[in-house]
Amino acid sequence: MNKTLETVQAGLARRRRRESRFRWYGRIAIFVSLAFLAMLIVSIVARGHKAFWQTEIAIDVFLDPEELTPPTREHLAKADLTGLIKQSLRQMFPEVRQRRRKRALYRLVSSAAPYQLRDYVLAHPDRIGQTVRLWVLAGADVDLYQKGYVDPETPESERRIKDYQIAWLRKLESEGRLVLRFNRGFFLNGDSREPEQAGIQVAFRGSLYMMVVTFALSFPLGIAAAIYLEEFAPRNNVWVDLIEININNLAAVPSIVFGLLGLAVFIGWFGLPRSTPLVGGLTLTLMTLPTVIIASRAALKAVPPSIRYAALGIGASRVQTVFHHVLPLAMPGMLTGAIIGMARALGETAPLLMIGMVAFIVDPPQSLLDPATALPVQIYLWADSPERGFVERTSAAIIVLLLFLGIMNLAAVLLRKRLERRW
Amino acid sequence: MNTVITERHTTPDLETDDHRTVGDYTLAEPRFTCRHVNVFYGDKQALFDINLDIGQREVIALIGPSGCGKSTFLRCLNRMNDIIEGCRVEGDIRLDDQDIYAKEMDPVLLRARVGMVFQKPNPFPKSIYDNVAYGPRIHGLAANRTELDEIVETSLKRAGLWKEVKDRLDHPATGLSGGQQQRLCIARTIAVNPEVVLMDEPCSALDPIATATIEQLIDELRSRYTIVIVTHSMQQAARVSQRTAYFHMGRLIEVGETTEIFTNPRHPLTEDYITGRFG
Repeated sequence: MNKTLETVQAGLARRRRRESRFRWYGRIAIFVSLAFLAMLIVSIVARGHKAFWQTEIAIDVFLDPEELTPPTREHLAKADLTGLIKQSLRQMFPEVRQRRRKRALYRLVSSAAPYQLRDYVLAHPDRIGQTVRLWVLAGADVDLYQKGYVDPETPESERRIKDYQIAWLRKLESEGRLVLRFNRGFFLNGDSREPEQAGIQVAFRGSLYMMVVTFALSFPLGIAAAIYLEEFAPRNNVWVDLIEININNLAAVPSIVFGLLGLAVFIGWFGLPRSTPLVGGLTLTLMTLPTVIIASRAALKAVPPSIRYAALGIGASRVQTVFHHVLPLAMPGMLTGAIIGMARALGETAPLLMIGMVAFIVDPPQSLLDPATALPVQIYLWADSPERGFVERTSAAIIVLLLFLGIMNLAAVLLRKRLERRW
Repeated sequence: MNTVITERHTTPDLETDDHRTVGDYTLAEPRFTCRHVNVFYGDKQALFDINLDIGQREVIALIGPSGCGKSTFLRCLNRMNDIIEGCRVEGDIRLDDQDIYAKEMDPVLLRARVGMVFQKPNPFPKSIYDNVAYGPRIHGLAANRTELDEIVETSLKRAGLWKEVKDRLDHPATGLSGGQQQRLCIARTIAVNPEVVLMDEPCSALDPIATATIEQLIDELRSRYTIVIVTHSMQQAARVSQRTAYFHMGRLIEVGETTEIFTNPRHPLTEDYITGRFG
């Protein structure tokens, strides 16, 4: 046996150990990150999933013609709908006489109940004069109790829901007047002070509109800039280098600075309205653009130069070379970059605070110029609210945000697959 | 190589450090005339005072050791050096008595007249048909689909690929073998009906059988096109070319009839190279 062989063999076991150790480090790293991801998702879903359900109570309301005619929106706005609700609650529990108990009884239903009554009357004006069974939202305390957030062991004085209220709920339940229903309001309503009425419609639309604006601006602009810098701009030119350095620096600027810039330029200088998805989208475009440019340039760089030579060699102009051959090959990479930038923009809160998208807005925006909030801002607002009912809604909003992100990423993957299939 | 040279035939008064061109570089009816061509990459000079004529319908081989400037010279002929940053070409290169580096010469037009085949097969990641049709399409050479089909068919036939691919023109070109891809690239080049075809080591990435096919093809193409081929293989130069130019360290050392160069090199550097003593 010669010397080399001996030396190599002596070290072999050590080498193999090192290799397997390294493999284990990798596995552990992946396991840890997956565990954290699972923890995040499990804790959010565990906390938030109940917000997709909502307690509703059926009450028998007498649609008093005296109060409700004519059944127009203007008239009903002045009518004493709350009185009708209270009256039907009193009829359901005639034994309640004490004033404090009565107030506690009224709190079983949400303050949204009169509006639900109004909508019902507007939809069925022919029912006026009859007594109808109406499903209304339960109050926040009832909702929390029904979902099991209230520990019955807690002394009554420290609970927001009292024993006699619980007794009423049991009675309602036995009559089939108390159920958990799918919470449509969470998706259809705007923000509210009352947790049981608060929804993400405004924030969702705001985020969606902003994404549309951001994508529509940052994708073409970013690609155009990247193509120019990568394919047409002279190399080793001071100005080009300067631009390149600045783009790289911009990608690292804290997002709140972009918020200040958006405030100064779009609101201060251009005079665009505050709190609108248009301004939000423009601000996020500023933030996303450097990311898109950098990713697009990397995608262009990855296209083999032989393709360019081939096209130039048969007499294609540079623009033809880029648009016929380089761009289609770089497109999947560019899209990925754009989606990564968009995903970052979607989760961004700080710049939106600066341009006033942190407002309390109830009505969903109908256009880019109506005030709105965004999903991360809504999450921030709700997380800050003292009402117990907002805790689960915060988590539910996070779930919606994550789903939004997931759908965006999925779209990117599908789009990439489609584009790549063209070889 | 046809002949094994055992003793020096070289002109006794030539020294190896004498880099003036040996042989007659002029032709009576040239297609390209190159005079005093100097090429610089930044501060580094890559070609020194090259004078060479390239004739009609001939195959001229450019040979020489790596880094001698033969590819650089080839790329001067269709201005592919333009796209290399910091590359500067001096001197006078004329195609049919037209200065190709003149301001009014459009490189797009030039490259339509002077096609190029590259070292590594570089088909577009599109269908076989689209690869060949791309040139005619961008130059507007076909008035309608029938004409385009004809051009594609003729080009593929001339490139000797038609029989192999006629049933799968819509298949991806990247699915072809290396040799087929290179013939496809040749078909793509001749589809624009150029006057000159430049080939930059077209067989260096191919196996011997594919190489033989391409060499045969070059011989057939000679009847229609002027072909300038850069090659590392002296056997290939001897087989396919009528004239040969030997480059050494950025200088054109010797030019002449291929048979003459390979049997009776006049410059000691040429002799060293083709006998394998150097290079």
